[in-house]
Amino acid sequence: MGNKLAVTGNQAVAEAMRQINPDVCAAYPITPQTEIMQRFSSFVADGKVETELVTVESEHSAMSACIGASAAGGRVMTATSSQGLALMWEMLYIASGMRLPIVMPLVNRALSAPINIHGDHSDGMGARDSGWIQLYSENAQEAYDNLIQAVRIAEHEEVRLPATVCMDGFIISHSIESMEFLPDDAVRDFIGEFKPLHPLLDVDNPVTYGPLVLPNYYMEFKRAQHEAIGAAKEVTLEVAREFERISGRSYGLFEDYRLDDAELALVLLNSAAGTAKDVVDAYREKGLKVGLLKPRLFRPFPYDEVADALSAAKVIAVLDRADSFGGFGPMYMEIASAMMTKGLRPLMINKIYGLGGRDFMPEHAGAVIEELRETLDTGRVKVPKEYIGVRE
Amino acid sequence: MTRLKGWRELEIGAVIPEAGNAVQYNTGSWRAFRPEWIVENCIQCLRCWIYCPDTAIKAKDGKRGEFDLDHCKGCGICATECPGKKGNKAILMVEEGK
Repeated sequence: MGNKLAVTGNQAVAEAMRQINPDVCAAYPITPQTEIMQRFSSFVADGKVETELVTVESEHSAMSACIGASAAGGRVMTATSSQGLALMWEMLYIASGMRLPIVMPLVNRALSAPINIHGDHSDGMGARDSGWIQLYSENAQEAYDNLIQAVRIAEHEEVRLPATVCMDGFIISHSIESMEFLPDDAVRDFIGEFKPLHPLLDVDNPVTYGPLVLPNYYMEFKRAQHEAIGAAKEVTLEVAREFERISGRSYGLFEDYRLDDAELALVLLNSAAGTAKDVVDAYREKGLKVGLLKPRLFRPFPYDEVADALSAAKVIAVLDRADSFGGFGPMYMEIASAMMTKGLRPLMINKIYGLGGRDFMPEHAGAVIEELRETLDTGRVKVPKEYIGVRE
Repeated sequence: MTRLKGWRELEIGAVIPEAGNAVQYNTGSWRAFRPEWIVENCIQCLRCWIYCPDTAIKAKDGKRGEFDLDHCKGCGICATECPGKKGNKAILMVEEGK
C-alpha cells in the first residue's frame, strides 16, 4: 500500500494536487494564501506536473480564471483561505451556476476585522450557500483523502459541481503529523480521465456559457442545481466505497463516534472533534452515555442520516467554530433542522468556540458534557447560545 | 405562446449548445426610433452594415438591402456613421408611431 510520512496538512494537500495533476491551476500567492500553492508551484517549476499555473492579481481573478479554464474543458484546481475565499465570493456562485467541477482546498481561517488568519470556520460557513460541495476534514490524512475523492464527486455526471475540501488553519495546515500517501498511479487510476462537457475549446461545436436568464427560467435552473448537489450525497458514498478499496480507509457522510445508545451528543467539525473524542472516551469509562457526531459532508447536508444517527440523543450540544451574529451558529441551525423535520425534539444548546484560532481544549469539551448532563437532569436549557472560554 | 420547459429539461449550467440562436429572439420591439433608408443619398459604402451591432442591415453581393426590423433595436449607430451624399444622410431615425 502507501507510503507513511510525517507532513503538515499543507504538504499533504499539495501532494494530493501533484498526484491529481490538474490541467490548470490559477492562484494568487499572498496571505492568507497558504503553503499549498507555494509547494504546488514548485511542482510546476520542477516539471513534476503538467499543470498550466496562472498567477493572477487577486483571488477574485483566480476563481475567474478557474471558471474560464474549466468551461474551456480542463480539470481545474486552486486553493484558498480566509479573505481569499471572501474575495472569490461573487465568482463562487458563477462556478456552481455554470456547473463547473472545480476542486479547491480551503484552509479554514478567520475573517477580518480585526485581522486574524488563525483556525476558524467563518470562511467556509460564509460560502455555505454558494452551491459548492463542502467536505470537512479532521486531520491531514482526511484532507488528503477528501481532496482525491472530491475530484470524483465534483466531476460525476449527475453532479458536475465545484467542491471545496476544508481543513483547520494552522492546527492542521501547519502542524506535522504522520499520514499515509497513496502511490501516484493509484490516485491517477482512481480519478481517471477528465471528461469535459460542452468545452469551449471544441471550436467545431461552439456553445454559449453564462447567458442572461430572465424570471421565466431562472428558478428552473436553480431547482436543477439543488437536485445536482443533492445527488452528491449518494455519489459521496459511492466514491468512498471505491476509495476504501484502494486505501483501506473508510468514509461516510459523517463520523458517528460512540453514538448508538448516546443520550448526550456533541456535534462538531474538523480538528476539535479529535480532541472531543478523547473526552467522550473518558466519560464513557465513567458510564455516561455520551457520543459525538462529526459531519464530513456539510453541503449537501445529510439531514435524514444525521437525524437517524442522533435519534437516541435527549440532549445535544452543537459546537460552532463560526458565528452568525444575531443568530445561532451555522451547524446548530442544520442540526436543529435535521431533528425538527424528523419530529425529534431533543434539548439543544449551541456553543461558539475557537474563533480566530482560540484553542479548544479537552476541559472545554468536558465542561460542555457536564452542562449537557445538567440539562438532561433539569430538563431545561439554561442558555441556548453561549461562547466557550470568553473572558468577561 | 410556446410551452416553457420544466427544470429537468434544461441544458446543464444554462449552456446554450447551438450557435447563432440570437436570431430567434426578436429585439425589434425594444425600438423607440426606427431607421429609414433614403436610397438616393446612399453611396453603398456599407459602413452601416459594418457598424450595426445586431446585423440588422442586410447586404448581398456587396450592396446593402433593407433593414431587418425584427432585430433592429433602433440604437441609431448606422445613422450616426452614415456619411451620406454631399452632407445628406442616407439613414435618418424616425420616432416610432409618427
